[in-house]
Amino acid sequence: MRNIWIMWRKELNSYFDSPIAYFLLTMFAVVSSFFFWIYLRGFVEYGMEMQMRGRPMPMNLNEQIIRPLLGTEGVIGLFLIPLITMRLFAEEKRSGTIELLATSPIRDWEVILGKWLAALTLYACMLLLSALNFAFLFKYGNPDWKPLAIGYLGLLLQAGSLLAIGTFISSLTKNQIIAGAVTFGICLLLWIISSVGEFETATWAQVLSYMSVLTHYEESFAKGVLDAKDAVFYLTAIFLGLFFTARSMESLRWRS
Amino acid sequence: MITVKELTKRYARNTAVDHISFEVGKGQIVGFLGPNGAGKTTTMRMLTGFLSPTSGGATVAGYDVLEQPLEVKKRIGYLPETPPLYPEMETGEYLTFVGRLKGLSGAELRKRVDYVCERCAVADVKNKLLGKLSKGYRQRVGLAQAVIHNPDVLILDEPTAGLDPKQINETRDLIKSLGGNHTIILSTHILPEVEQTCEQVLIINRGKLVATDSVHNLQNRARGAESVMVEISGRNGSLDFAAVQQRLEQIAGVSRVTAKQRQENRNTFEIESQKGFVRGDLARAVVESGWDLNELRPAAMSLEEIFLQLTGPQEAQKDGSRKESQ
Repeated sequence: MRNIWIMWRKELNSYFDSPIAYFLLTMFAVVSSFFFWIYLRGFVEYGMEMQMRGRPMPMNLNEQIIRPLLGTEGVIGLFLIPLITMRLFAEEKRSGTIELLATSPIRDWEVILGKWLAALTLYACMLLLSALNFAFLFKYGNPDWKPLAIGYLGLLLQAGSLLAIGTFISSLTKNQIIAGAVTFGICLLLWIISSVGEFETATWAQVLSYMSVLTHYEESFAKGVLDAKDAVFYLTAIFLGLFFTARSMESLRWRS
Repeated sequence: MITVKELTKRYARNTAVDHISFEVGKGQIVGFLGPNGAGKTTTMRMLTGFLSPTSGGATVAGYDVLEQPLEVKKRIGYLPETPPLYPEMETGEYLTFVGRLKGLSGAELRKRVDYVCERCAVADVKNKLLGKLSKGYRQRVGLAQAVIHNPDVLILDEPTAGLDPKQINETRDLIKSLGGNHTIILSTHILPEVEQTCEQVLIINRGKLVATDSVHNLQNRARGAESVMVEISGRNGSLDFAAVQQRLEQIAGVSRVTAKQRQENRNTFEIESQKGFVRGDLARAVVESGWDLNELRPAAMSLEEIFLQLTGPQEAQKDGSRKESQ
C-alpha cells in the first residue's frame, strides 16, 4: 500500500513538474467549455422557440446539456489519454530509471498501480475542472445530481480502461512518440468500432461493437443508470491492461 | 556475503555470462574487470534482480536472488552504468523518493538524506534540478542514491566513468571509505582503479571468469619470470654492445638479454631471468667490467599486462577453435 502511494505521489509530481499536466488541463477545460457553450445555446434557443410557438415542450437540463456534454467529454478524453500515458514507462525505459525501480524492494504491480492511479488522478482533475461548467447549471437551474454523478463515474471507468491500455503500450517501447501514437490509434479504433453494429447484424459485428469502450458508457452510465454488466466490462479492461503491463515488465527481466 | 554459482545468461544468439561462480566475503571490495561487452553489467544486473539468469543462481546476504528478490533488493544498493536520475526532480527530492522506495521514512529518512548528501559531496546541489547537474554531480548523486538505505552490499557499475581525474580520485576515496561497512562489487575497465581500490579482482572475458584472486597474488602469479631493465653507459662514451651482452648473459640465472634502446649515452637492456636471480650479481658484473650502471629497475608487470595476458591468448584460442569447428 505504502509503495503504491510512493509511486503515485512521484508520478503525480512529475506530471505537475512538467508542462504536460497544465497543457492537458487547459486543453480539456477549453474544449469542454466550448461544447458547454454550444449545448447551452442550443438549450436556450430551444426554449425561446418553444415560447414563440406557444406550445410547451418538456425541457430537461440533464437530458439536453449534461448528458451530451459528458458524452463529448468522454470523446475529448480519447484524444488526451495517449498524452497522459505515453511517458509512464517509455520514459523510465529510455532514461534508465526503470533500473532503479526494478532493483528496489517494490513489486512490479505496485509500480504499475501507482502509475496508473496517478494517470487516473490527472484525468479526474481534468474532469473536475470541467465540472465548473455544471456549477452554473446548479446555480441557475435545478438539474438532478444523481445522473451527473453516475455519468462521471462512467467517464472515470471508461478513462481507467483506456489508461490501462495506454500504460501497457507505454511499457512496450522506449519511444514516447510511438507509445502515444499507438495508444491514440487504439483509442480511436475502440471508439469507431461501435458504429459497426449499426450496419451489420452478424455476430462478429456484434462482438466488435461490444468491444467499443463508448457503447458501454452510452448505454448505461450516460442515461444515469448504474449497470453492473457495463461496470464489469470496464473493470475487466482495466484489469487486463494492468495485467499485461505486469507481464511486459516481467519480460524485461528475460530479454533486454 | 555474495555467493554466485554457475550463473549463466543466454540470449538468442550469444551467451553473455557463461557459468560464472565466485564468492565475496563481508566487507570486501571486489573489482570486476573486463573489456567492454565481457558480461560485467549483465552479471551485476542478475545480482540486483534486474535480469533473471538463464540457469544457475546467486545468494546475497543469505537470500536467493530468484526466490526472495525483495529481501535481496532491500540489502543491495545499485548504481547502474547511467545513474538512474529523474531530470525533473531536485537532488533532495530525488534522494527522499529513493529512500522511501527502499523503505525509509520519517526522521530516519531525513537523517539519511542529509548524511548521504554530505558523504557524497552533493549537499551544495540539494535544491538543483537533476537535469541541470554536471556529469560529476550526476555520478555522485547516483552513488548517494545507492547508499541511502545503508545496504549491506553495494554494486557499482563503472562508478568513475566520465569523471575528471580529481573527481575520480574523490570517488575512489569515497568507495574505499565505504568498504568495511559494505561489501562492494565494482566493475571497471580501468586497471589502476582496481589496483588502487580493490582487494580482490575478478577478471571476466567473453562471459567467462578468467581469473579470481587478490591483486597482490595476481601480480605475483603473472610475474613467473622476472625481468629487469638496466641502463648502462661506457666510461669514455662508447660502449661495445656485443661485450655487454656477452658479459650479462654469463650471470647465473639470466636467460635472455635484449638491447632495448641505443643512444649515445643511454643504453637500456632488458634482462629476463629465472626466479632466484640476484640483482646484486648483475650490478657487480657491470661495474667490474668498467661500465657505469645508471639505472636498474625491476620491470614489474602491471595489472594491465596481466589482464592482456589472461584475456589475450584465451581469445586467440577461442577464435582458433572456432575456426577449426567450422
